[in-house]
Amino acid sequence: MSRLYLARNPRVAARSLGGEMMIMSGRDSTLFTLNKTATILWQAADGATPLDRIVELRICPEFEVEPAAALQDAETLARELASHDILQISESPIPAVAAGESR
Amino acid sequence: MRVHTTDPAFLDLLQNRYAGFVGSSDRAEIDFDVDLSQSSSVDPDADVTVTQRKGKWSLQRGDFRAEWEPASRRGWVRQSLNPYSIDAVLRIVHTLVLARQGGFLLHSASAIRNGKAFLFAGVSGAGKTTISRLAPPDATLLTDEISYVRKQSAGYIAHGTPFTGELAKLGENVSAPISTLYLLAQGPENRIDPVDPAEAARSLLANVLFFAEDEELVQATFHSAFEFVSRVPVARLTFRPDARVWELIG
Repeated sequence: MSRLYLARNPRVAARSLGGEMMIMSGRDSTLFTLNKTATILWQAADGATPLDRIVELRICPEFEVEPAAALQDAETLARELASHDILQISESPIPAVAAGESR
Repeated sequence: MRVHTTDPAFLDLLQNRYAGFVGSSDRAEIDFDVDLSQSSSVDPDADVTVTQRKGKWSLQRGDFRAEWEPASRRGWVRQSLNPYSIDAVLRIVHTLVLARQGGFLLHSASAIRNGKAFLFAGVSGAGKTTISRLAPPDATLLTDEISYVRKQSAGYIAHGTPFTGELAKLGENVSAPISTLYLLAQGPENRIDPVDPAEAARSLLANVLFFAEDEELVQATFHSAFEFVSRVPVARLTFRPDARVWELIG
């Protein structure tokens, strides 16, 4: 099974406030508020860490879920975030990504 | 902003519409030449397109076309003889100028009381016109529809605007430091409730006027909204339509 790599889309603006991560698309000004899992994916999306490692290290300990199911859910979520141009996803590491600013 | 026209009727229209906001200074940040050759019906709710290419902004709606080049500080507007097209151009250009300065135009009424400005934000029907109409004599109305928010080193300043809503009454051409942004809601009693920071930012962004299809300016406006809520108190103002709500303000 191939691994999936995530990177933040540098063309979105992002801010964390009051424990909520908000993202605005630079393309069409749509505002997104990420849930807890999506926020973990966003924060961990460095282009180098594969999704299964993110799930193992960040999601499973947080939610106490079974790794296989968690990975499946995380992949679905990552693809949804990619469909909104929030994340970039690839089956190989994503080099030299200028991650979206996260203050 | 200076508008050039050779049409006396259009000049009269501008002077009447923007009375109190018309100056005679030789210095202008932007010069617009207006060409009244375009004939078309005006639909203020039509989609507007605002794009930037090679340093020039292009503004287009069914009833007007305009261009503005920030580097040369010059632009032109092609429209028919009506007040709505130039009004839209002025609003859009101000959003572009303010976005680079950390400010914005906001869908909100605003007023000055006791030397402090208060903003009342909300979509149509939220109560901007009502709260403006209920303002007591010692409150100076800046606008009942579109607030002009400028960032300064010490905080944020609200300026009066000639952009009116249902009240159809020009704001006063004065300014004051912004004390509080109220998010309007109508209810059975007058009360002020705290708003958590994330909700404040979301609500502010929902009410910022922004037209440009430009990633850099979208990002700048996004961060400006967060900067604003980190420095200006934001609260929810629930009110019933009587003047006693102003006892809570100021």
